[in-house]
Amino acid sequence: MPNVSLTINGKKISQPIEARTLLVQLLRDQLSLTGTHVGCDTSQCGCCTVHLNGKGVKSCAVLALSCQDSVITTIEGLAEGETLHPMQQAFREGHALQCGFCTPGMIMAGIDMVKRKGYELDEKTVREELEGNLCRCTGYHTIVKAIQAGARAMKNL
Amino acid sequence: MHDFLYQRPTQLPEASQWAKEHVDYKLLAGGMSLIPSLKMRLSQPAGLIDLSAIDALKGVRIEGDELIIKAMTPHAEVAIDKNVRQGIRALCELAAGIGDPLVRNRGTIGGSLANADPAACYPSAVLALNATIKTNQREIAADQFFLGLFETALHPGEIITEIRFPKPKAAAYWKFRQPASRFSLVGVFVAQTNTGVRVAITGAADTVFRHTEAEQRLNVQFHPSALKGLFMSEKNMNSDIHASAQYRAHCIDVITERAVAMALNLPPQKES
Repeated sequence: MPNVSLTINGKKISQPIEARTLLVQLLRDQLSLTGTHVGCDTSQCGCCTVHLNGKGVKSCAVLALSCQDSVITTIEGLAEGETLHPMQQAFREGHALQCGFCTPGMIMAGIDMVKRKGYELDEKTVREELEGNLCRCTGYHTIVKAIQAGARAMKNL
Repeated sequence: MHDFLYQRPTQLPEASQWAKEHVDYKLLAGGMSLIPSLKMRLSQPAGLIDLSAIDALKGVRIEGDELIIKAMTPHAEVAIDKNVRQGIRALCELAAGIGDPLVRNRGTIGGSLANADPAACYPSAVLALNATIKTNQREIAADQFFLGLFETALHPGEIITEIRFPKPKAAAYWKFRQPASRFSLVGVFVAQTNTGVRVAITGAADTVFRHTEAEQRLNVQFHPSALKGLFMSEKNMNSDIHASAQYRAHCIDVITERAVAMALNLPPQKES
């Protein structure tokens, strides 16, 4: 069986996996990092979004072996101890979730958005940039506001 | 998904060797189409040759009057690359509209062309801009590259290395998006090139194709008004739950005019 070595949330891991293992399967099934969700499994919903070398990707459409020697950040890797990441805090304060299933992906996509588009995001930009993330509860309204607030708060990181 | 053998070479010659010796393997670029199709078992190759670790296949450069995009350059990078923006702005806009941001971080131009999805955006740019597809074996002109539904002139084991775009005088891409997938329901790329106007249509038929009647008229006068009274036949148009053949044909008429207006920086026209 091939071996994969990579850094996940600051921790180096190395382990044998089947070639067909998806990144999300490595995270959830083998490393018990179940914060990354599988919604649709067809690259539509974005619940499985993680950062691969700093860029948002859908981990259900990436082979784990393609991530050899790379750096992965999942939702579990954002908070510093008890202190939430500003984007997490903004979602919490703005009640930007109902069932919470899409939330990890929304937060990871939100941070990716800030990295590409900056700290001041207008509503139209956020809505367009959320193209790859589906939410079936909120109607997106609070999510959009939380991402705008989280983006501003990230300026102070 | 069935299991497969897996190779991740770091050098192109190594990848070429693997591809040559294992024609039952598939090449993996960004994987935004291939991995979902493996998951659905639509594709079951014996092995994958992952091109993602070959740095020599990434990047953009300008050589004389040509813009060169290497095969493994992701859409997100094309969308913001200053050389692309200066050289062929319409390509930035096209790349920025593929799928969603997370897909654009991963999907590549080479993968899109090799897959030749009938509704993909890039094939229309390559065809309209009269680009050349360079592989590890030869150079293929855009007019000879796209053969049909998911079918290209690539031989088994042939690897796209870069795409060479001659800079046009003017160009624009106008896409009517399928609301769920963001693929083109109908996309029109119009380019005023050194060898005349070229119009490429994607999303409408089994493969990207040139709208030669529109080209003839636009060669006489490069203006939306030159297209008045030109109607695309619905013969050969796709018909599915998203749009009928008649609807797609009509979209081509409307969108081609809009693309020409966009290439000329004309203000959006009022519906007549």
